[in-house]
Amino acid sequence: MDSTNIPDTFDGIISEIEELKAQKQVLEDRIRLLQAQMEETTSNLTEGDFVGNGSCCPLVRPGNAVVDNGLTPEMIYRYSRHLLLPDFGVEGQLKLSESSILVVGAGGLGSPVALYLAACGAGCIGIVDNDIVEINNLHRQIIHKETFVGQSKVKSAADACRLINSLVKLVEHNEALSPTNALGIVSKYDIVVDATDNLPSRYMISDCCVLLDKPLVSGAALGLEGQLTVYHHNGGPCYRCLFPTPPPTAACQRCSDSGVLGVVPGVIGCLQALEAIKIASAIGEPLSERMLIFDAMSSRIRTVKIRGKSAQCIACGENAMITKQSFQCFDYEKFTQSPMSDKGRPKLGLIPESAEN
Amino acid sequence: MHLTLEFGGGLELLCKSVKIHEVDVDTKSGEDKLTMKDLLSWIQANVIKERPEMFMKGDSVRPGVLVLVNDCDWELSGNLDTTLEEKDVVVFISTLHGG
Ligand SMILES: [Zn+2]
Repeated sequence: MDSTNIPDTFDGIISEIEELKAQKQVLEDRIRLLQAQMEETTSNLTEGDFVGNGSCCPLVRPGNAVVDNGLTPEMIYRYSRHLLLPDFGVEGQLKLSESSILVVGAGGLGSPVALYLAACGAGCIGIVDNDIVEINNLHRQIIHKETFVGQSKVKSAADACRLINSLVKLVEHNEALSPTNALGIVSKYDIVVDATDNLPSRYMISDCCVLLDKPLVSGAALGLEGQLTVYHHNGGPCYRCLFPTPPPTAACQRCSDSGVLGVVPGVIGCLQALEAIKIASAIGEPLSERMLIFDAMSSRIRTVKIRGKSAQCIACGENAMITKQSFQCFDYEKFTQSPMSDKGRPKLGLIPESAEN
Repeated sequence: MHLTLEFGGGLELLCKSVKIHEVDVDTKSGEDKLTMKDLLSWIQANVIKERPEMFMKGDSVRPGVLVLVNDCDWELSGNLDTTLEEKDVVVFISTLHGG
């Protein structure tokens, strides 16, 4: 724009003023950020040790050249509101961007988990699921769009994440996690998020995380209630320490047959993303040896203290019996008397067939 | 002894969908303390209205139920031998698996 050329209409002048004010705001934000950045770099010249080996992380990030502290100018601008946080800052962002996180399940819980991990700048996000998007998923599985109905959930979720943040590496595992592929898939990541919808998968993922020594952020939601905890982290318990014996089948309800209010898994999924980010960036107190219980009806969240690691646990105890070999042959569906997939289950029968699909 | 009992994760369905129960439990004659073991049999007789097998197994709660005494896992306070005090809050939560 030519600075000597004054617009000839009143509206033109107003709009140029507005435009210049917006540009000024951007420049001021940038200056504040760079100043904060300068303080950080001078006070903290040594890089912290990273959480993971970042086996899934691109070592050279796309975009601009890496500056002294490990973040590119593009990242500094994008994550500026993170960097301004004294408890998170450059170090937190850097650790997060070096971390790789596996999200098991791209449903009601996995949707906000993947969206927030992508938006916040996890280095690498893997998503495992073998389902396809159905229209009756969309009330809670907010990562999927109507245009993806009939297509793979993993593809839909990964594409949604890519649209939010092209700096993040997305890995699509378009298969069901099973004892035969779990060790191979999970071993590539630093942190695992259990966003599945069934009991056998929960035991399997916990056992796998113990065998590979990965922290597990576990969330569950049903009806109007949700639960959240972090397993196998900082010497805390695993899923089997808490639940050595599976419950009777009648107690294993799923969202697909008992119903769930869309936002309830959303709340728990957001909290799972938060716990994963805390672990990845090594900030705060992760929810280990504690459980958060959410009751939507009474708007109450209570956090309770749960038992520590059990010496008798067959997965993580002193005489653990589960090995990488036995894990691959363990029949989790038989153990829990409950299926991993609800494919092939009878229809709900709430309303006539024609209206259901 | 006055206690607050709470049922969640679907267990409230066993007691007419009421989640919070304010109750007065008599201690056994000749004793002035109440243990979780005593409380469980009292609950089974007075609070659980249907499908008792969904709450108890043997003399304890069924697998998959977490018991919290004043927001703390009963495994940390002695499980069935946990001694209760006036105004304690005892929560029974069935673990959820959905997502
Ligand atoms: Zn364990």
